[in-house]
Amino acid sequence: MDMLDFFPSSILQAADTSWQTVTIAQRASSAFRDHDLSGTIGYLLLGLLFTAGLLTVLGLVLIYAERKLAGHFQCRLGPMRVGWHGILQSAADGLKLLLKEDIVPENADKLLHLGAPVLSLMATVLTLAILPLSPTLQVVDLNIGVIYVTAVTSLGVLAILIAGWSSNNKWSLLGAMRAGAQIISYELSATLSLLVMVLLSGSLQLSEIIQSQSDGWWIWKSHLVGVIAFVTFLISTTAELNRTPFDLPEGESELTGGFHTEYSGLRFAFFFLAEFVNMFVASALIVTLFFGGWMPFYIGGWDGFNSIMGLIPPGIWFAGKSAFFIFLLMWFRWTFPRLRIDQLMSLEWKILLPVGFINIFLAALIVLFEWHF
Amino acid sequence: MDYFLVLLLAGLGVTLVGGGLIASRLFAPRNPGGVKNEAYECGEETIGSSWVHFNVGYYLFALIFLIFDVEAAFLFPWAVVFRDLGGVAFLEVGIFILVLIVGLIYAWRKGVLEWV
Repeated sequence: MDMLDFFPSSILQAADTSWQTVTIAQRASSAFRDHDLSGTIGYLLLGLLFTAGLLTVLGLVLIYAERKLAGHFQCRLGPMRVGWHGILQSAADGLKLLLKEDIVPENADKLLHLGAPVLSLMATVLTLAILPLSPTLQVVDLNIGVIYVTAVTSLGVLAILIAGWSSNNKWSLLGAMRAGAQIISYELSATLSLLVMVLLSGSLQLSEIIQSQSDGWWIWKSHLVGVIAFVTFLISTTAELNRTPFDLPEGESELTGGFHTEYSGLRFAFFFLAEFVNMFVASALIVTLFFGGWMPFYIGGWDGFNSIMGLIPPGIWFAGKSAFFIFLLMWFRWTFPRLRIDQLMSLEWKILLPVGFINIFLAALIVLFEWHF
Repeated sequence: MDYFLVLLLAGLGVTLVGGGLIASRLFAPRNPGGVKNEAYECGEETIGSSWVHFNVGYYLFALIFLIFDVEAAFLFPWAVVFRDLGGVAFLEVGIFILVLIVGLIYAWRKGVLEWV
């Protein structure tokens, strides 16, 4: 069967989307235009509180999910003691870390040692704020969204390098150097995948990229190009997140703890939090670029099915899709063994990067001749 | 307003860490000194500083990275307006990328991409 028959043009009619993106920042500026000062400040505070709340909730939920999943993958139960099925475990852990002594090695660069977790969490907060969670649930919608994401996420590398250097510990330094090499390498193919999606959707704004998928998600619409971009993006974000099988910078069995060896108490907690929330950011980006963001799943012509799908609110769609990719990342951890550093480098430079370049050419051709649906 | 909020959010990141650390300073015990504050080296006494000349084996990777990253920065505006520019833009950027790919192939053949 021909691809074009399989995806009938009725997909276009199925998704009758009249979603208008209204961000918290836009509400604040419209209040500002109306000389409504309390409204402006209120919306700005709402944006900040929402981001802080999201950060906390995601941290608690994801750390619990990771431990619970890790347990079940290994035929254990995972945390069970604190609350029902251990549901309060990560809150208890947070409290414990708060009450632990904050040890700074005496030979460390004190200022930079403090600055690294700040930078790490700041990068996470900044990326979290521009994710389009639903048409009305987005803090800021920058018109250069995709470039902003690549720029801000690379602050995270800087935090890791600073942490490793300032600790004045050999393990930390080695871990940080590995992390630096790994993350900047994989950033290239992640950027190339982003570039493909920008080519296809013709916009850098995350909300517009989602709107461009109202007639079908890019993963279906773009022939093979979107799939290749998706796979490279998935691999390279896993590497950028320092997650297994790319967890060389932290490899417990070789580097004790990598860059955060000398971090204890809350400073360690902030690195940990940033790492887990970055996992959500990465999944949310994958969902936004390739899987239609908060768009419901429609099948062309199946009106009854589509109307049921349309009843589920966009925020739930986004959360559900992101949860799937977070699960995938956690699954990777218990499936793939850790790579060796030379395997890691050659995977990026000899496979992913050339594939990424070829993919860009293909994507440009598809856009040029309008082969996509 | 967008970028003002981004600035505020950056402040939020700093405040969260700062506030957390102040709270931890209030509640947590503080008892520094002795071997506890030495850099961790698997229980042995710390030998020297780690701020030494470090052979960054990947500096060549870093160089190639720089080239391709700048190239990506050039390609973003091209990707946004590509629909309106059409075939000429495709050829021009094609030549641009090909030149860089020749560079990558050169580095590859020279053995720069081998990790030793």
